[in-house]
Amino acid sequence: MLNPKAKIRLSILVGAILFSAISIFLIFKTLEDNIIYFYSPSEIKQINDIDTNKSIRVGGMVKDGSIQTKKDEIKFIVTDFKNEIIVTFSGTVPALFAEGKGVVAEGKLQDKEFFLAKRILAKHDENYMPPEINKNLEQNAK
Amino acid sequence: MFKYLNPSYIFTITGKILNVLKFIVTPIIIIGVIFSVFVSPIDYIQGDAVRIMYIHVPSAWISLICFAAISFLAILNFLFKIKSATLFYKSLAPIGLTFCFIAIFTGALWGQPTWGTWWAWDARLTSMLILSFFYIIFICGYKLTSNSERSAKICSFISVLGLINLIIIKYSVSWWPTLHQPSSISLFRESTVHLSMLIPLIIMLFALLLYSALIFLMKYRIETIRVKKKSLKD
Repeated sequence: MLNPKAKIRLSILVGAILFSAISIFLIFKTLEDNIIYFYSPSEIKQINDIDTNKSIRVGGMVKDGSIQTKKDEIKFIVTDFKNEIIVTFSGTVPALFAEGKGVVAEGKLQDKEFFLAKRILAKHDENYMPPEINKNLEQNAK
Repeated sequence: MFKYLNPSYIFTITGKILNVLKFIVTPIIIIGVIFSVFVSPIDYIQGDAVRIMYIHVPSAWISLICFAAISFLAILNFLFKIKSATLFYKSLAPIGLTFCFIAIFTGALWGQPTWGTWWAWDARLTSMLILSFFYIIFICGYKLTSNSERSAKICSFISVLGLINLIIIKYSVSWWPTLHQPSSISLFRESTVHLSMLIPLIIMLFALLLYSALIFLMKYRIETIRVKKKSLKD
């Protein structure tokens, strides 16, 4: 069905696909630390040598009832429902920042328990719904 | 059978389709905008910012579909030397690039009030930016080379890399932790977007697809005329 020249081109193409796929895979393996946008509290727990000067991001859920505000400092707990980390931050938080919602904090680790944030980003989840539906869901949950 | 592949036959038939499309695209876009701006409800936490989704998501989808299509056509042209495929991808690539830019731009507009930042170097946003680079390189690949053989090689190689990037875009939100939310709509499970928001989204997708088809047909006819003119000169 294929003429000989087309056959050669097909094998070049298959070769190119394999070559590119493998090289991209290897590049991604090497750069994995850079691709990961944030670490979960559990991943922080597993770090052996903490670099307090390195800027990293920690992400998870803001634990219910954990937000404490003092003057211009805000303190809250980020949880992935297995481990937790205490985050302190001074500055303005995004409008969507709330308890029980996703958050990504950018800053430096003090130790495995404390994180000093320079910037707070709110993370939105994949759920989109009108306010009334959410109210109904909450009532049903109770 | 061959009658349908004849360029002049395609030219007349696309002219007829264009006339119909011209007539229906604008009303459907207007309906889509009315649904997304006035009829659909606000989101329980994002408020009115959710309305950006109705342009952001369809644009992103169209830019992905377009790249898949031009890659397929470029590879087809490389393998079997089907010259008419080049007319198709030359007409599709600028549309895909435009929608890719729209998706990135509207995403930034949405990110500022919700995340608190215009841009984040997470896997989804970065791979989408790379897609726009692939579009630009692809367009340069056929614009800047006069040799059709060489341009077929360049375009098909970019296509291979771009197709791998498409897979990365699709799965970026499930393979790595990203700031961008995971996908809400899938063929295999119930959508996490409420029906009252899903309807305007689908209308807008349909409207923008028709709009893309309109631009595509116009561009395709121009490219055909260009080829005809060139062959007349020679």
